[in-house]
Amino acid sequence: MTGEIGQLALCLALALACVQAAAGLWGLKDERAAGVASGAALGMFVFVALSFGALVVGFVTSDFSIADVANNSHTLKPLIYKITGVWGNHEGSMLLWVLVLSVYGAGIAFLKRGGLRLTSAALGVQGLLAVAFILFILLTSNPFARLDPMPFEGLGLNPLLQDPGLAFHPPTLYTGYVGLSATFAYAAAALLTGDVDRAWARAARPFMLIAWIALTLGIAGGSWWAYYDLGWGGFWFWDPVENASLMPWLVATALLHSALATERTGAFRTWTLLLSIMAFSLSLIGTFLVRSGVITSVHAFASDPKRGVFILLILSVAILGALALFAWRAPKLESGTAFEPTSRETTLLVNNIFLVTALGVVFVGTIYPIILSAFGTRLSVGAPYFQLFFAPIFIALMIVLPFGPRLAWRRGDLLAAFRTLLPALGVAAVAGVIVLAAASPRTLVGAGAFAVAGWVIGASAVDLVARVRARTFAIAGFAAVLAHAGLGITLMGVAGTNLWRSEALEVLAPGETMTVGRYTLRFDGVKGVAGPNYQAAHADIDILKDGAVTGHLAPERRMYPAEGQETVQTAIRTTGLEDLYVALGDDRGQGRWTLRAYVNPLAPLIWLGAGVMALGGLASLWGRVRAMFFAQDKEPAALAPEAV
Amino acid sequence: MKRLLFALLLMSSTALGARAPETLPDPAQEARAQALQKEFRCLVCQGESIDESGAPLAADLRRLIREHIARGESDAEITHYLVARYGDFILMNPPVQSNTYALWAAPFVVLLLAAGTGGWIVLRARTRARETSAQ
Repeated sequence: MTGEIGQLALCLALALACVQAAAGLWGLKDERAAGVASGAALGMFVFVALSFGALVVGFVTSDFSIADVANNSHTLKPLIYKITGVWGNHEGSMLLWVLVLSVYGAGIAFLKRGGLRLTSAALGVQGLLAVAFILFILLTSNPFARLDPMPFEGLGLNPLLQDPGLAFHPPTLYTGYVGLSATFAYAAAALLTGDVDRAWARAARPFMLIAWIALTLGIAGGSWWAYYDLGWGGFWFWDPVENASLMPWLVATALLHSALATERTGAFRTWTLLLSIMAFSLSLIGTFLVRSGVITSVHAFASDPKRGVFILLILSVAILGALALFAWRAPKLESGTAFEPTSRETTLLVNNIFLVTALGVVFVGTIYPIILSAFGTRLSVGAPYFQLFFAPIFIALMIVLPFGPRLAWRRGDLLAAFRTLLPALGVAAVAGVIVLAAASPRTLVGAGAFAVAGWVIGASAVDLVARVRARTFAIAGFAAVLAHAGLGITLMGVAGTNLWRSEALEVLAPGETMTVGRYTLRFDGVKGVAGPNYQAAHADIDILKDGAVTGHLAPERRMYPAEGQETVQTAIRTTGLEDLYVALGDDRGQGRWTLRAYVNPLAPLIWLGAGVMALGGLASLWGRVRAMFFAQDKEPAALAPEAV
Repeated sequence: MKRLLFALLLMSSTALGARAPETLPDPAQEARAQALQKEFRCLVCQGESIDESGAPLAADLRRLIREHIARGESDAEITHYLVARYGDFILMNPPVQSNTYALWAAPFVVLLLAAGTGGWIVLRARTRARETSAQ
């Protein structure tokens, strides 16, 4: 019964999506249609949520008459993995995608930002996307398809996904990916209405911010998950699927900065529109790469060429349609903005140049092997290629970055900006010298990286002091301070881990010790432990200091009989500035086991920095929400000039 | 098969010293091996070098590299050997050759295009700013 309810709700949602699309676009002619589109958007959200709820019930009650549940669940799975397992498969994750889309649609309908006509057109565009993706689900990936006869037991969920990370990572990432659809819808709506001034950018801003925050947290969360789950101490692998999430983030970051100028001074109007289209297009390309089976990974649950072709069709129509609309309308835009080369506009432009170049590197590096393989050549583009280009691009970006918030709009004073930044230059010098003097191995690259991080964080501190002195405590004003400092913190983490990591790999018998970095580890043997749906080899390891035990680590290897797969559970002990990371390798007989141990200096800063960046986004969002609900008509004026 | 692999593992571990089956006794050679194994892809995993991978094939390749180093071969010789055996796909870093020129040129092309467009926008905006202030 739940299956039928879910299926029916999804079909009704499709009907409402059609109404939303038609009424929304009709709203361009007659604003009264906007009400219908809004109602349809809210209704669609209700029905998609109902459909999603039905699938959750199917998973929780282990209703194996639903093929999706039978293929991806198991009665012995703990409850949390039954629930998160809903999106741990292709069909369910696409339904989650549509659910998030409908939440944004309802948000646009509820807030009605930018006036009725703009809202209506945006809802129309969102409606078209919803129609396409619900059709995709119903025609190629129906999560409610029945299985007859019904099996007694399910096939289980990939054990790698049986992790709390699954509760957090996909919903957050989708909130980001799909959130860019709202920005896309507003950009397309602006092009449709022909009113391509600043209003749409202001209307889309909160959605843009939510998407960016979610992408930042989703990517960082995924990287942390890979770090503790995969067992070799790395945090980013330049895997095509990771790149698929990084590309929208790079464009969204560029967009946040470019839209800032569009909103404040009307500069870069054409470019901001194009970035909005690009950001969501890359989300779609990411969805295509991951969901079509073009690339295989833990994220690509099943590959079916029919699905790939369908998504490719949606993607082509959406991207080409939007670009055609852009080509038709954009030339009519009057580009009347004027600013001096030393101005905030220029620094935002420089930011965009570097971010777009970084995007180009990731895009080409990800797509190139796929294109070559179509011609029968197998080639891999791995981490060294990406790192080679990313390091200089980001270092250059971060050297310019501190000038941005210090320069005025239209015409700034570079010398005065530099003078206020002298303390930051001091911080940079001190950071570089300390690293050169104290770190081993001693590297110029390391000193340079820390000098740049010090420069950016120091500049944030300068801004912070200026704000405290001026007694301006509007939360939105701290957005750039936080986001930029976060980037500096992440850079320290990345540099520290890459330059000064120590690792050791040994086979130990019980009672034997190994050293890694400044730690001595004593292996106390492995015992068998039974989990709810797995058997674990549980190792006991003591951390020794001068012969005394100072800590304990317990890495595991887990065997999941239902799925016939093994996973590694690493043990990590962090001081906040350094991770001691141990993974249990294979059984070498007679109680001897392989142990892999790493000391990752400053690793926690990677994710701390991302968290601080997201906080910066939240601060900015808070300013918008406040303006929306407490000072409706004063929104731009209520913001401090430096607000992001 | 698994038992056979296991036996092989045990044999290799006795051959190279009981405590550290996957490391060379000479620290300089070991450092070379560790640097070199970051350059090759684990063929059965996604996006991991054989340095990072826990797959048995990666362990075999790590051992293979050490055998060749112990025989006194240079890094270039070992790379050549592995590419001849497994193809370009094994290289983490794609080689610069006729079918990768576009790949290596792309970042520079994008940067030039972006910087060119940016510079043009700034110049135009400056001209406009000077015109308005002159009026």
